[in-house]
Amino acid sequence: MFAYIMRRLAVAVPTLLLLIVFSFILMHLAPGGPFTQERELPPQVLANLNAKYGLDDPLWKQIINYIWGIVAHFDFGPSFVYPDRSVNELVAAGFPVTLTYGSLAFIAAVVMGVGLGVVAAIWHNSFLDYLAVGISIGAQVLPNFVMAPILVLIFTLWYGLLPGGGWSFSDPSFWIMPVIALGTSYMASIARITRSSMLEVLGSNHIRTARAKGMPEHRVIIRHALKPAMLPVISYLGPVFVSMITGSVVIDIYFSTGGIGKAFVDSALNRDYAVMMGVTILVGALTIVFNLVVDVLYAWIDPKIRY
Amino acid sequence: MVIQQDKMQSLATRMSQDEVKGRSPWADARKRFLRNKAAMTGLIILIGVALFALLGNQFAQWSNEDLDFTVMGQVATMGMPSFENGHYFGTDDLGRDLFARTVQGTQISLMVGIVGAAIAVIVGTLYGATAGYVGGRTDQIMMRAVDILMSIPYMFVLILLLVMFGRSIAMLFLGIGLISWLDMSRIVRGQTLSLKNREFIEAARATGVPSWKIIIRHIVPNLLGLVAVYATLLVPLMILTESFISFLGLGVQEPLTSWGALISEGAGTMNYGTLWQLAFPLFFFVITLFGFFFVGDGLRDALDPKDR
Repeated sequence: MFAYIMRRLAVAVPTLLLLIVFSFILMHLAPGGPFTQERELPPQVLANLNAKYGLDDPLWKQIINYIWGIVAHFDFGPSFVYPDRSVNELVAAGFPVTLTYGSLAFIAAVVMGVGLGVVAAIWHNSFLDYLAVGISIGAQVLPNFVMAPILVLIFTLWYGLLPGGGWSFSDPSFWIMPVIALGTSYMASIARITRSSMLEVLGSNHIRTARAKGMPEHRVIIRHALKPAMLPVISYLGPVFVSMITGSVVIDIYFSTGGIGKAFVDSALNRDYAVMMGVTILVGALTIVFNLVVDVLYAWIDPKIRY
Repeated sequence: MVIQQDKMQSLATRMSQDEVKGRSPWADARKRFLRNKAAMTGLIILIGVALFALLGNQFAQWSNEDLDFTVMGQVATMGMPSFENGHYFGTDDLGRDLFARTVQGTQISLMVGIVGAAIAVIVGTLYGATAGYVGGRTDQIMMRAVDILMSIPYMFVLILLLVMFGRSIAMLFLGIGLISWLDMSRIVRGQTLSLKNREFIEAARATGVPSWKIIIRHIVPNLLGLVAVYATLLVPLMILTESFISFLGLGVQEPLTSWGALISEGAGTMNYGTLWQLAFPLFFFVITLFGFFFVGDGLRDALDPKDR
């Protein structure tokens, strides 16, 4: 197991480096620098600014400096647009918010999706099954940017139950709509995956054996069916996790929650390349780490996998 | 929505095992597909949406660019859907005819979806088939590259690309095309691995057909069923991606529009009581996604009957 994790890390580190180099080169290819403004700066000022941010060094040196800053000091450099703030500060301000509603949505989607799928599979072709399938088919065409306006329309504009935007760590009523908007379509996907894999497992030989020896049904399901049925779900957790972070872009814009999605879009509109790169690299690192965790979990649950 | 990898796998094995029976497997599949109510409903919906996109402008009484000055400034009271003034779907916030705008948005979203899926299918199929057929070290390097690309947060890179090189449809296609073929290439490679040791490939090789010709003439046609199903399921994913980007205002730019942009506009103005601006684009968006998912699932079930 240890060797497997090491081998995966050996791929993950170059991937991350590649992502950094790729986005760095992209940034240089892009027309217009961070100091391009409508009124052109005097050449001396521009030269001084470039010297201050190290932009007059050769490209390879800039890349090495940038990577060294991240590796050695976890420092993503200063923001190009707000000179008094570093990328770290800008990202750190939004990260806890994204983490809160993102992980809540993740947990909600997984728990409800698995629950719905298992119920549908156990009572296959019953009213409950049709209800669950109906919900999951309906929910999968409701991505976060569709759910968000609909939720605001119903809960804020029509019934006035929930605040239509903003964020507070102490008041959960601010959390509800972001979590629902973010989680719904993934809950649907997870429910569908769970249902079909559960149905397949319930029809397999070892379940028939367990039933034949007189094991009560709830134990058959919990001890013998659930674990193998979870494998496809686990391999889907990586993409879900990524979508939670990606979706934060929409959530932050629509609900003004102020997470890292907001930092990203603001910097995109300001052409603040330093912040954009910082967020992209951070998200990339999180993705790689999470995928690693998922793969390890998968290998641990599935005895057929030799790593 | 997710394209279930295990089902695609089982489809892949099934497609490679097909033996010639009395009836061709395609005829069988067609019969099963026609009997599948959900898939047929989906197909009818899609035909309807396509007709709406193609012929909608014939029925529009206003062009998508003209402002209707009689409703301007009082859109909430005057701009609602009505047959009298010719705004079947009402007007948008600036007084433009929403019917014509929805037709335009439908055209663009469908185009992005279909072209994006086409790029994915062509690149993914050729890449996967090459990797699988050539095998060995080439295969390893090619698939390792796919692994690396897959772990990149593509939505962020796509936004990065759009911001740095200007927001245009071409850039959107390029960005979507860059990432969408990865899954396809993996599935195709797996399928190719099982195909390449079959007798007819061996025969082709024995008669001296060059590798690239074997890939194009013998491998790719045998991947058709798998590719067709995957392409049908990719189109809605592409539409979702485009709408996501356009919802953020980073995708299709005015005067062009798409479902995502229209939904975003409608969501922004719903406080003013102009709910139709959200409802009509949303309706077309949702039914089209339904249509594609149903047809895709139906095709898969039709081609792979053991998994239902």
